[in-house]
Amino acid sequence: MILQVKNLITRFYSVDGVVYAINGVNFALDAGETLAVVGESGSGKSVTMMSLLGLIPQPPGKIEGGQAFLFENGEQQDLLKMSDQQIRRVRGGKVGFIFQDPISSLNPTMTIGKQIAESMTEHLGLNRLEARKRTVELLNEVGIADADRRFDSYPHEFSGGMRQRVMIAIAVACQPKIVIADEPTTALDVTVQAQIIELVQRLQEQLGIAIVWITHDLAVVASMADRVLVMYGGTVVEDALVNDLFDNPQHPYTIGLLKAIPGVTKMGAEERLESIEGAPPDLLRELTFCPFAPRCQFVSDQCLTELPPLITITKQHRAACFYDAEKRKIKEKEVEHGQ
Amino acid sequence: MANNGSNNVLVSVKNLKKFFPIKQGFIFNRQVTQVKAVNDISFEIKQGETLGLVGESGCGKSTTGRAVLQLHKPTSGHVFYEDQDLTTLSEGELRALRPKIQMIFQDSIASLNPRHSVRKIIGEPLVIHNIGTAKTIHNRVVELMELVGLNPKWMKRFPHEFSGGQRQRINIARALALNPRFVVCDEPISALDVSIQAQVVNLLKDLQQQLGLTYLFIAHDLSMVQYLSDRVAVMYLGKAMELADKQTLFKEPLHPYTQSLMSAVPLPQPKLERKRKRIILQGEVPSPSKAPNGCVFHTRCPLAIDRCAKVIPEYRQVHPDHFVACHLVDDQQSSIIKVIGR
Ligand SMILES: Nc1ncnc2c1ncn2[C@@H]1O[C@H](COP(=O)(O)OP(=O)(O)OP(=O)(O)O)[C@@H](O)[C@H]1O
Ligand SMILES: Nc1ncnc2c1ncn2[C@@H]1O[C@H](COP(=O)(O)OP(=O)(O)OP(=O)(O)O)[C@@H](O)[C@H]1O
Ligand code: SF4
Ligand SMILES: [Mg+2]
Ligand SMILES: [Mg+2]
Repeated sequence: MILQVKNLITRFYSVDGVVYAINGVNFALDAGETLAVVGESGSGKSVTMMSLLGLIPQPPGKIEGGQAFLFENGEQQDLLKMSDQQIRRVRGGKVGFIFQDPISSLNPTMTIGKQIAESMTEHLGLNRLEARKRTVELLNEVGIADADRRFDSYPHEFSGGMRQRVMIAIAVACQPKIVIADEPTTALDVTVQAQIIELVQRLQEQLGIAIVWITHDLAVVASMADRVLVMYGGTVVEDALVNDLFDNPQHPYTIGLLKAIPGVTKMGAEERLESIEGAPPDLLRELTFCPFAPRCQFVSDQCLTELPPLITITKQHRAACFYDAEKRKIKEKEVEHGQ
Repeated sequence: MANNGSNNVLVSVKNLKKFFPIKQGFIFNRQVTQVKAVNDISFEIKQGETLGLVGESGCGKSTTGRAVLQLHKPTSGHVFYEDQDLTTLSEGELRALRPKIQMIFQDSIASLNPRHSVRKIIGEPLVIHNIGTAKTIHNRVVELMELVGLNPKWMKRFPHEFSGGQRQRINIARALALNPRFVVCDEPISALDVSIQAQVVNLLKDLQQQLGLTYLFIAHDLSMVQYLSDRVAVMYLGKAMELADKQTLFKEPLHPYTQSLMSAVPLPQPKLERKRKRIILQGEVPSPSKAPNGCVFHTRCPLAIDRCAKVIPEYRQVHPDHFVACHLVDDQQSSIIKVIGR
């Protein structure tokens, strides 16, 4: 284990009131694994990761609870207790990150090469010449042709896919243990997405990095994740190995999600997709019961009064739901027959 | 989807082109070059069917949809609706036909007027076309809201009071206000959460069955297209690469681009995904203002031969109802040249 997040709570004090964005998130990350984080818009995927990296604007944001231990050489450090300067050293050092929109995270007035080289001089203490040499190697490695000349290009001279390659180069430049990628391919075309996924997987193998990959695309999850966190309403509702999640989903939201997309079980128009009726929760209210309860077909009184904790089902599979799996199977049959 | 066994063609597009000028300079504003957003495309849509239109960002899907409906004046080519050539109609004649041909716009969720009530938004096409009195319009809005699964009690609410999926329902209700027969759906679900997408897809399907609608369904989510369409057309840089019924297109694509696209799209099945061999195309889609000569795909095609860089492959029928534009697809056997496994 290289990262363990315990009971993270993040809120925003906005003009509309308190946004209860993250309501007790728990997860762990093993060295070298790929952890996918899925969930609908607003479920707290980005805010969780930004909280760990000290990227929450404060105010309006405030991290109100929790711990996030980074383990290294038998030592542990709590990311949430670090000073600004300490967390900046972690960011881009031991933990690299890639954002959805590379244009806003690259400095438009600085050459691509300089941006990469600078982080190397800062984090690895290389001199300018060494940093340039390694940058060119790295640009080559991430598939930028003619890297020596491209060193002096500005971000706007690159296409979307190339910029994302540059972001990846920056993320891995300082030999990180973890790379957090927030929807890194959402803005890209599918054929370019395939290139980027292949690149990240190759780098991961070579460098032994653990990857946290935020996405809303379950097919991307299926193609690259070892393990999956499903988020809903600012909580983790399920945590499972990828095969278990698709074969044996436990949380009603995950079950619904898998039935709502074609290609898992339903291929033809003859079979109807099952939609999850209703809308995601309003985060302006404090979470005192299951966030999925208003949309859940298995809802009981307990679901409406208590927040279900993550319950261990098997060693590697946890879900936050009061409903018993056996009962659920029976109920599902009834529902099917009822229709 | 229900083809009802009929082969009646409702919409027929012939050699459609739409070029946009690119101008430069402040004073003289001279035209430097042009974007060939849609460059010689032909297809037919049968009564009651859904034709899916897929391709990567910027390949011309939205422009095709708009040009078909004459929301963009085509540069050249013809669009027949039943037996009328829409490209020859006057403004007035088009206006009279407009109720029958409607569009759900790509960015329409965002563009719902925030100051208009839902009643005003849905009833607007009726007002514009001077159909009915205040009372009949009100009744029609109630009917439409029920049809798309919105509570008519919410009629006086404003768009921001609705969720994304509900706003898309408002949009769909508006597009249906005038009883259209043909609807271009431009990415109607791509802005929605996965759990909401199924609601809208099911609604589109139900409406098609109830009202006998014909759809041109534009999307880049191939699995949704496969799910919803009867036949599918694949575009690349303003050109149609391949068109076939969905079984054929997804199981035995002939065009190297279709094969690559299918292979690049991950499937939501982890076990299958680990075993799959992918074709990873090199590079990115070239800018449409600098489309390559010959076959527009040749710069990225894993199978390209010399001829591909020089000669534009003819878009032709190789099997009944299976069209493809590639030099390598043999006319006689129209065999699949597999890109994978080479
Ligand atoms: N600066 C902010 N001020 C107020 N609320 C915020 C702020 N940033 C995020 N939030 C809220 O926190 C919640 C979680 O947002 P987050 O960005 O983590 O969602 P997400 O899961 O990443 O969604 P998406 O898939 O859309 O990126 C949302 O309700 C969002 O509105
Ligand atoms: N009004 C316009 N003026 C100039 N160029 C345009 C105009 N509309 C579209 N284009 C260009 O035409 C090409 C095709 O655009 P179009 O919007 O049809 O693509 P698309 O396939 O719908 O893409 P997306 O998947 O991103 O929606 C693009 O290069 C675009 O920049
Ligand atoms: S806890 Fe209750 S409401 Fe929440 S998902 Fe489980 S059964 Fe449904
Ligand atoms: Mg996000
Ligand atoms: Mg478009």
